[in-house]
Amino acid sequence: MSTVKTLNLTLKIWRQKNNIAKGSLETYPISDISPDSSFLEMLDILNGGLIEKGESPVTFDHDCREGICGSCSLYINGEPHGPSRLVTTCQLHMRSFKDGETIYIEPFRAKAFPVIKDLMVDRSAFDRIQHAGGYISVNTSGNTQDANSIPIEKENADEAFYSAACIGCGACVAACKNASASLFVAAKVSQYALLPQGQVEAKDRVLNMVKQAEKEGFGPCSNTGACEVECPKGISIENIARMNREFLSAAITK
Amino acid sequence: MENSKTSIFRKVLMALSGLFLVIFLLQHFVINSLSVISPDSFNEVSHFMGTNPLVQFLLQPVLMFGVVLHLGMGMVIEQKNRKARPIKYAFSNASANSSWMSRNMIITGITVMLFLGLHFYDFWVPEMNTKYVEGNMSGMLDGEDSYRYFTELQHKFVSPVRIGIYCLSFIFLSLHLLHGFQSSFQSVGFKNRKFAPTIAKLGNIYAVAIPLGFIFIALFHFINSSH
Ligand code: HEM
Ligand code: SF4
Ligand code: FES
Repeated sequence: MSTVKTLNLTLKIWRQKNNIAKGSLETYPISDISPDSSFLEMLDILNGGLIEKGESPVTFDHDCREGICGSCSLYINGEPHGPSRLVTTCQLHMRSFKDGETIYIEPFRAKAFPVIKDLMVDRSAFDRIQHAGGYISVNTSGNTQDANSIPIEKENADEAFYSAACIGCGACVAACKNASASLFVAAKVSQYALLPQGQVEAKDRVLNMVKQAEKEGFGPCSNTGACEVECPKGISIENIARMNREFLSAAITK
Repeated sequence: MENSKTSIFRKVLMALSGLFLVIFLLQHFVINSLSVISPDSFNEVSHFMGTNPLVQFLLQPVLMFGVVLHLGMGMVIEQKNRKARPIKYAFSNASANSSWMSRNMIITGITVMLFLGLHFYDFWVPEMNTKYVEGNMSGMLDGEDSYRYFTELQHKFVSPVRIGIYCLSFIFLSLHLLHGFQSSFQSVGFKNRKFAPTIAKLGNIYAVAIPLGFIFIALFHFINSSH
């Protein structure tokens, strides 16, 4: 049996007791990490050690650990979800790091994403944006038309599907120099704008969602494209152009 | 109107004023090029632009408005950009996901603004003074039978320090437009998979060729003046 070389690392982790406390970067050496372990498993190992020593474990968000729920976050070595492309932090593996490396782990930073504790931030602003229009109103009285009976152009169906792949993780906000939520809002707007069911409420939807994002304190879009590169689901900034179009035509005609 | 207070709306104004300036700059470049090709035509066109009432009292105010709008909106947007992330990252690897140009439009923009200040002081203020303060609309050199514009242009391109500042400013304008040109199409919602590559190519050509052209013209007159 071949022995896999394990990793010895230095972690610089943002620790912050609560929402109002002043936080700081703390240094934690960690050793014997298998390159096959996931990034979150590595943090679990760190936390195990901290608990044994009677220290407070590092708080971070996670749930499905298979890249579908959007719970995990973390700004790792200067990028949301770390250096790999098209993966969430829970899908990131330690083989992406070198032995002896120093890894910076910070929370997603945005005015609209306040820190709750350590690396966990409050992303409920996204929920409130969704509530502002990220839905279609259907009558569920039992006479609802079957969605599959409405013909939809294949190209639009595919585009809507790609937009709907957004898991609401907030990496786009974390990556953006202006902490803009444009990619998230654009994905949600597009998902409906491309389908016939979304047409009825299309104008109110885009106006209200955009205004809610603004109210939450997300910044303007400078079109840097950072969000698209860092998005674990590969949501395209084409959606942002579509949102801008939708917004303009709604603002003019409504 | 509540909708006009959104950043999307502000960015549309930013993009439209930016694109307007792009068109203006092209026009300016074509006229400047004449100074290299034919001083006589340069004089003719300069006199026309300087005295035509449509240019002077319609296009020029529109241009002023465009510059002020772009500049003002730029400052408002920059404020909002900064406010959205009050606590910065300790370690950020921004170059992994975006270009320097796209992240520093405010720096390249302010450099261009400083240049515009100098440019106004050099050309526009004396021009206004001659025409509207001294009331001399003839466009003629003092006591001579020829237009003054080409000679005035030559005089501005003598100082090596001026030339240095001039060239540097155009490099910053190039950086501004390498991102700005294609970005403005995205802001107004005109970009999609089909147009994006063409817009990007056109933008890169414009952003390099036009500033380089201005630099060439400046160097041309500078070199000609030094012997
Ligand atoms: C007066 C000095 C200038 C300042 C202070 C300035 C500032 C800015 C800023 C801050 C932005 C980016 C806004 C953002 O998204 O964060 C920008 C974008 C832009 N600028 Fe300027 N700029 C100036 C001059 C110019 C000139 C002379 C041109 C054209 C020849 C120009 C063309 C553009 C274009 C096309 C954009 C892209 C707009 C968009 O992203 O939609 N700018 N400018
Ligand atoms: S657009 Fe991408 S990065 Fe932004 S919330 Fe959705 S999945 Fe996350
Ligand atoms: S924990 Fe669900 S996406 Fe990472």
